[in-house]
Parts: sequence; C-alpha cells; structure tokens
Amino acid sequence: MADAQELQVQQKRELEKKAEATTPARVFVPVTDIFETTQALTVVLEMPGVDRNSIEASVENDVVTIEGRIDFAKYEGMQPVYTEYNVGHYARSFQISNKIDQGKISAEMKDGVVTLVLPKAEQAKQRKIQVS
Amino acid sequence: MLASFNDPFEALFALQRALDARVASDWMGHGTAASGSFPPINIFQKGDDFVAIVELSGVDKNDLEIEAKENTIRIRGKKTIAYGEQASVHRRERISGVFDRTLSVPIRIEPNGIKAEYRDGVLALFIPRAEADKPRSIKVG
Repeated sequence: MADAQELQVQQKRELEKKAEATTPARVFVPVTDIFETTQALTVVLEMPGVDRNSIEASVENDVVTIEGRIDFAKYEGMQPVYTEYNVGHYARSFQISNKIDQGKISAEMKDGVVTLVLPKAEQAKQRKIQVS
Repeated sequence: MLASFNDPFEALFALQRALDARVASDWMGHGTAASGSFPPINIFQKGDDFVAIVELSGVDKNDLEIEAKENTIRIRGKKTIAYGEQASVHRRERISGVFDRTLSVPIRIEPNGIKAEYRDGVLALFIPRAEADKPRSIKVG
C-alpha cells in the first residue's frame, strides 16, 4: 500500500458563535466537503457520534445551517483515564450562491457522515445554448 | 465532559492538567508497538473495566479490522471518499487514507472478552480487566 496516504488526526476547531449560548456545551466545526453537479449541491459533513435523529438542517436566506447534537448520557458513569480528543456538538453554516429547491432537500447519515443534497431550483440549472 | 462557563483560570488549569495527564499516563507509553496517531482514542474507566472510544467517521464497518493479543489491541483499516463523477469540488476538508494503530494496555486484560461496537462513526471497545488483576479486599482476621 505504498500509494495509500496515511491518515492524520484533524484537530477539532471550536465554533465561533455570534450569540452566547445558554448551556455550557462545546460546539465544534465539522470538517466538510462541498461539491456540485449539474443537478445539485452536495454538502458532506463529518459528525462522529451524532445519531441520525439528532441532526437538524435548514436553509434560510441562502444560508444552509447544519447542526448535530451529541448524547452525553452515554458517558455517564465513566471516568476518563486518557484522552486525545474533545467531545461536543457540531454546527456549521454556509452561504450558498445557487438557488435551491427547498422542498427537495434530502439528508443521509452513514458512519457518522452526513450527506446533504440540495437540488438546484429549475431556473438555476445549467442550460446548453446552441450557436446558430 | 461539559465545559464550564467563562473562567479563564479554569481553562488554563484544564490545559495544564491535560498536559500533565498525557505525560503521566501509562496508557500510551514508549512502546514500540504504537504507530500512527489516527484514529484519536479516548479511554474511560467504567467500574473495574475500561472502555476505549475511537472516532472513525466515514470508515465503513467492513474496512475496519480489530485484533487483540495479550495486552495490545490493533485497530487498522482504510477510509475512502467518493465524489460523484463530473462533480466540481468547492471545498475539500475531509481526508481519506489508511490507518494502523496499536493500543497497549497497562493492565492485564481478558483478550477473549473484548467487545467492539461501531455506530455513527464511533467505535467503542469494551476491555474487561482480567479476573486476576481486579483489586481484592482483604479481611483482617
């Protein structure tokens, strides 16, 4: 496996909030890939430990916001003896330039990775123009 | 695990404690077996036993291999990322590749009793302490 790249740990970056939070939990910025096809814009976020029912995604004023919440109850009764990473909720938002068909947004969760598909609105889709 | 509200000293002390714990901890010693820093591991004590919680988001269950031998546990596998064809990438922060990490445990464990659970990109390894290693209370006769 000489050609395979060895994985490195990606340090979690804490989210800079505009408003102060009411609960003292940490919020991290999930690492994200964004790619575009002719049909849709796809946002892929890594949120390890987030249950599929604890994800909220919304689009408002061309800003897409994704939030994932961790269930801390799983850590009850456990004493940390060695730690390398922090645990907290995840949140991130992106300004999108394309017009999105809000009714058709779909999300999928697999192995701690959220895939959000934002289909483009009909008028925003690419058209081929014939040269006469 | 919850952070407290604004207390700069608490933040400093927490950092100091974290650094001290890292140096003082015998969990990740200078063993020759340890290689690679991915995936990140947190270890907790639960009663007499230990639980290792590993973040492996995006790794498929079938690409994950866990081996236990004496007091070492080896975690290896690969993480792949697939972009659709003809996709133009706007932002690329996630990384793919292979990983291989060995965890050596400073206690005597029951290698046959280790249980692994993988859910939502988090691997939980339940490491039972060997019966002979558990503390016993001794009665004064």
